[in-house]
Amino acid sequence: MEKIKSLADLKKKREALQSNLKLREQGENTESLIQVKVAMATCGIASGAKQVMETIINESNKRHIPVVVTQTGCMGYCYAEPTVEVTKPGQDPVVFGYITPQKAEELVDKYLVGNEMLDGVIPVNYEKVEQ
Amino acid sequence: MDKIKLIIDNKEVSVPKGSTILEAAHKIGIDIPTLCHFELKDLDIHNKPGGCRICVVEVEGRRNLAPACVTECTEGMIVKTNSIRVLNARRTVLELLLSDHPADCLVCAKSCHCQLQDLAARFGVREIPFQGEQSSYQLEVSPSIIRDMNKCVMCRRCETMCNELQTVGALNAIERGFPAVVSTAFNQTLANSPCTFCGQCVAVCPVGALVEMDHTPKVIRAIADGKKTVVVQVAPAVRVALGEEFGMKPGTIVTGKLTAALKALGFNYVFDTDWSADLTIMEEGTELIDKLTRHLNGDKSVKLPLLSSCCPAWVNFFEYHFPELKDIPSTAKSPQQMFGSIAKSYFADKIGVKREDMVVVSVMPCLAKKYECARDEFKVDGNPDVDYSISTRELAALIKQANIDFKSLEDAPFDSPLGESTGAAVIFGTTGGVIEAAVRTVYEVLTKKPLPKLEFTELRGLEGVRSATIDVDGFKLNIGIAHGLSNARKLLNEIKEGKSQFHAIEVMACPGGCIDGGGQPLHHGNSEIIKARWEAIYEADRNMPIRKSHENPSIQAIYKEFLGEPCGHKSHELLHTHYFDKAKVIEVKLD
Amino acid sequence: MANYKYHMLVCGGTGCFASQSDQIKKNLAQIIEEKGLQNEVQVVITGCFGFCEQGPIVKMLPDNTFYVRVKPEDCRELVEEHIIKGRKVNRLLYTDPENKEHVADSKHMEFYKKQLRIALRNCGFIDPENINEYIARDGYAALASVLEINNPLATIDVIKKSGLRGRGGGGFPTGLKWEIAAKNHADQKYVVCNADEGDPGAFMDRSILEGDPHSVLEAMAINGFCIGANKGLIYIRAEYPLAIERLLIAIKQAEETGLLGKNIFGSDFSFDIELRYGAGAFVCGEETALIHSMEGERGEPTFKPPFPAQEGYLKMPTNVNNVETYANIPVIILKGWEWFSSIGTEKSKGTKVFALAGKINNVGLIEVPMGITLREVVYEIGGGIKDGKKFKAMQTGGPSGGCLTEKFLDTPIDYDNLIEAGSMMGSGGMIVMDEDDCMVAVSKFYLEFTVEESCGKCTPCRIGNKRLYELLEKITEGKGTMEDLDILKSLSKVIKDTSLCGLGQTSPNPVLSTIDNFWDEYLAHVMEKKCPAGQCKALKSYIIEPDLCIGCGACVRVCPVNAIKGEKKMPHEINQADCIKCGACIEKCKFNAILIK
Repeated sequence: MEKIKSLADLKKKREALQSNLKLREQGENTESLIQVKVAMATCGIASGAKQVMETIINESNKRHIPVVVTQTGCMGYCYAEPTVEVTKPGQDPVVFGYITPQKAEELVDKYLVGNEMLDGVIPVNYEKVEQ
Repeated sequence: MDKIKLIIDNKEVSVPKGSTILEAAHKIGIDIPTLCHFELKDLDIHNKPGGCRICVVEVEGRRNLAPACVTECTEGMIVKTNSIRVLNARRTVLELLLSDHPADCLVCAKSCHCQLQDLAARFGVREIPFQGEQSSYQLEVSPSIIRDMNKCVMCRRCETMCNELQTVGALNAIERGFPAVVSTAFNQTLANSPCTFCGQCVAVCPVGALVEMDHTPKVIRAIADGKKTVVVQVAPAVRVALGEEFGMKPGTIVTGKLTAALKALGFNYVFDTDWSADLTIMEEGTELIDKLTRHLNGDKSVKLPLLSSCCPAWVNFFEYHFPELKDIPSTAKSPQQMFGSIAKSYFADKIGVKREDMVVVSVMPCLAKKYECARDEFKVDGNPDVDYSISTRELAALIKQANIDFKSLEDAPFDSPLGESTGAAVIFGTTGGVIEAAVRTVYEVLTKKPLPKLEFTELRGLEGVRSATIDVDGFKLNIGIAHGLSNARKLLNEIKEGKSQFHAIEVMACPGGCIDGGGQPLHHGNSEIIKARWEAIYEADRNMPIRKSHENPSIQAIYKEFLGEPCGHKSHELLHTHYFDKAKVIEVKLD
Repeated sequence: MANYKYHMLVCGGTGCFASQSDQIKKNLAQIIEEKGLQNEVQVVITGCFGFCEQGPIVKMLPDNTFYVRVKPEDCRELVEEHIIKGRKVNRLLYTDPENKEHVADSKHMEFYKKQLRIALRNCGFIDPENINEYIARDGYAALASVLEINNPLATIDVIKKSGLRGRGGGGFPTGLKWEIAAKNHADQKYVVCNADEGDPGAFMDRSILEGDPHSVLEAMAINGFCIGANKGLIYIRAEYPLAIERLLIAIKQAEETGLLGKNIFGSDFSFDIELRYGAGAFVCGEETALIHSMEGERGEPTFKPPFPAQEGYLKMPTNVNNVETYANIPVIILKGWEWFSSIGTEKSKGTKVFALAGKINNVGLIEVPMGITLREVVYEIGGGIKDGKKFKAMQTGGPSGGCLTEKFLDTPIDYDNLIEAGSMMGSGGMIVMDEDDCMVAVSKFYLEFTVEESCGKCTPCRIGNKRLYELLEKITEGKGTMEDLDILKSLSKVIKDTSLCGLGQTSPNPVLSTIDNFWDEYLAHVMEKKCPAGQCKALKSYIIEPDLCIGCGACVRVCPVNAIKGEKKMPHEINQADCIKCGACIEKCKFNAILIK
């Protein structure tokens, strides 16, 4: 194991390690975070949901957005896969369809950061996915 | 030294910093009762576990009661030693102790000498309000010591003596809670432990938990047996302590009364271990001279220093703890055993008594002597050289039983021929005495010149380890002295490490030597008594007309007519022994 | 490198471990690999979550789903449903005992709502066997900053100002203790962590050591720096194998990382830690006894002074602190004394970990701010009394504590209030009793423990406690007299007043406090020869009500000592002389014809 020889070493090491525990720390107060659910049933995976989830996690991390990304089963919008449901604290969930990795980045930039809608919203009077 | 002022029972007292409440109270005449507390300050022995809680006192501002024996005085402290709270607590603690103590005082060996009994009397305990389980431990009877742990009050004095003073490590507390008791490792017998039978545990036990093995009934039977010739020998230290048992001042020399009492008891011959002490000096002294001469002549095979071997507890100690050094001690038997050996050969022949019809009894200040005389190497065809060894205390009991008014006895002399002795022999009774006696003889034999001065004060004293260099006509004889086995251990470790500069070392297991042996009248922690005995030993030396062993005419005679020369063939047969590796013999058997 | 999207935290505390949590972890890891998810899902064994009643516990992150009573065979469903399909496994969720609803997120459980985790901050959160997870949680940052500031007295001052008091039982101000040890000059000093947790039912220290060993190591190093010691010793009972294993791993990792050993963080400060094993004697929790035990001597206390800070391990100045006390230190240094002292009551700052046990729904380990009331602990965190019975008393402070009754339910819990109420904080055991508990039997139970655990050195504790126990035995057997009650009281007071160490000075507390609060029960045992709670065997008799008995003979067949006789279809009778009061008949009787009187 590499030795920690100074306070600076410790800080560097801590920063490098912290991202790994960030996920757990966020779990302590999920309510105050943006919840992102990626539909990850066969239909979703087939149309690239995995890459979408990856992109959302990476891009959010880059921009230091407090977000909880989980996967979920089929939301029933197989035609519009990959679909992503975003719930901002205190707001109703919004479901986005046809999210490609490029669009995922746009989603992070526009909706998660800027609260700006983008194309592909599935405006159905839809019930929350949560059981 | 910093002084501290405090108030005890409304009286102001000023004491040096570091004093305990017990000491401060004592200074102004307040006698706080104690039980576990035990100190021999001059010998640097302290047992202050603060465990019995008999000495608790009330200290203003303290939540609970404080044990006076370990609580240090602080400036302005206000102490109450007799408030109702204190008296009630103290009595309850005592009643608790009594509730787990056999009430067989009438037949207890310590009756009238028991500190628990004293406390019960002092507190006026008339009934014990607590009933419940009583401790029940196996009674152990060893050749020297009887352990009845049902009477143990967990004062831990024996443990302090065994571990700190003696570094023997035979006794320690085992178990916990109610079954907690002082015992040997794995609850083995003393014989199966490192015990040296020095008896210091017995000497300090406040109750009847540790007492000596009483041989007086056997002695009485032997005396009553018309077919037996009963010969008794008395060790030097007995004559300066026995008087205490009859209310005489500590340090009173009672040699004449002692002899008279033994005659009145019916012993056929009353002899003196001092006689064989002189014999020991001849043998051991010759051994030393031989070793020294060879050493000075460049013989590398000579092992020095020569260690004294008169103390049986000390012999047990090195046999168990330092078996690798068993070649170093003098092979001379102890005076007790030399006496037995000569009595049952030379003397028995002389008076025409068969060995098996002679009973040799020794009166010793010691409990290890009981073990020593039972050793197999000191028997001939199963018949021991010394049949029974009784302690000073046992002798006192015998005298009392025989209705002898000790104090009014007319002095009587020892019988001849094994009764004549010198001043050199009597000082065997204290630390430094054996080596001083040896030096008196070695000097004159080696240099063939008379001693310029007889008293080697540089060898005397009560410090645990002492050393002196004696000028033997130009040769510097380095002498080491230790008493208390912890001090002996220090010297032995030096020998082991090859650092010892001594030519001869004297070791006595008991603090102060035989004067404070495990068989002596109980001193109850009063070191003034030991000092008085110590001074009496040297006074007895001064009172003797002859003060050098080799000048004892009776000794000279026995060499001429029987033994030949010191360390000669006959001597080796009768007066020398060998040692065993006890460390290998002891096995722990778990039940 | 793996970029985990899910973390599955499996409780590795002793309780869950005993219910196969290690197997759960293995199964989860295996199934995850089977599904090719090993780079997305991390399975971690953590320290205790505290909710032992519901163990084994598996917590899912990032969505904070709390699965309870998980069995190894549930693992496949957990992976397939929760991870892959994103659906919660309802049957493994916690059910609120009040409204019977499933609660997924632990934050919404009553058990956790009022808790504040400082000492337990990392328990159930990090992998105790991975120093990196501790570092990621600001681990060793407190030590680094203390060394950077390089002013031991300033650090001691922070601890003093924080108001932290010893969590082992005594409640002595920690900062002050450090200061005394710092001021005693010696070539060699020692820092000792007292991990000889011995109260019946207590497992606070064990959980901290198992769940977050590094926090203790870090605090000991800080302590060492502050008092000028370069050697730390942890006295831990050999019965804590898991804690020992994790400590050894932690020490090794800390040494390898350079956080223990020579010149820590490039400073002049060096610090090593070694373990010393105890044989499980309760009295060795007393610091002088602990030190003797470490020295290889008999584990029994000696009179203080000298205090360990003056003359401790190998006669050198030694600072002894308890595990939980240490666990608080790094946080106090990082967050500041102001923050810490803002929590709690005037004289008791911060939080306290309690082991909640007895007749309570939510048995487990809790950490609450000082000043919380007993009511909140019992009825909110503890979820109320089992089977809807009535609260009778709460025993705090372990065998040396006392019983708190209903009238103290709204007393804020802190060191001083508990003492005033006739009990004490102790190391943090809390045992709840209900109406079925006989308080005479309860005090007998605790006495039995102290009688067993007394070292036997001083008379009042060795013999006095034994006699107290015997008196209680007599009373519960219906043989007690009024005089016995008087002796019970007066003897208790003398034992408290004269014993050598804390064990004896507190051992009569359960007796005195039950006498104070439940005198009627004692009287009933003595005067009426009755046990109001119906618990004392000798005082109850089983009787068949002839009107209800149909003579079916079911009781006859089950009675192990053939004490029941009677003709078929006729009312039976129990021979009282033979009856051993085992209660087998009463369980078997379908007609409730057997009564206890």
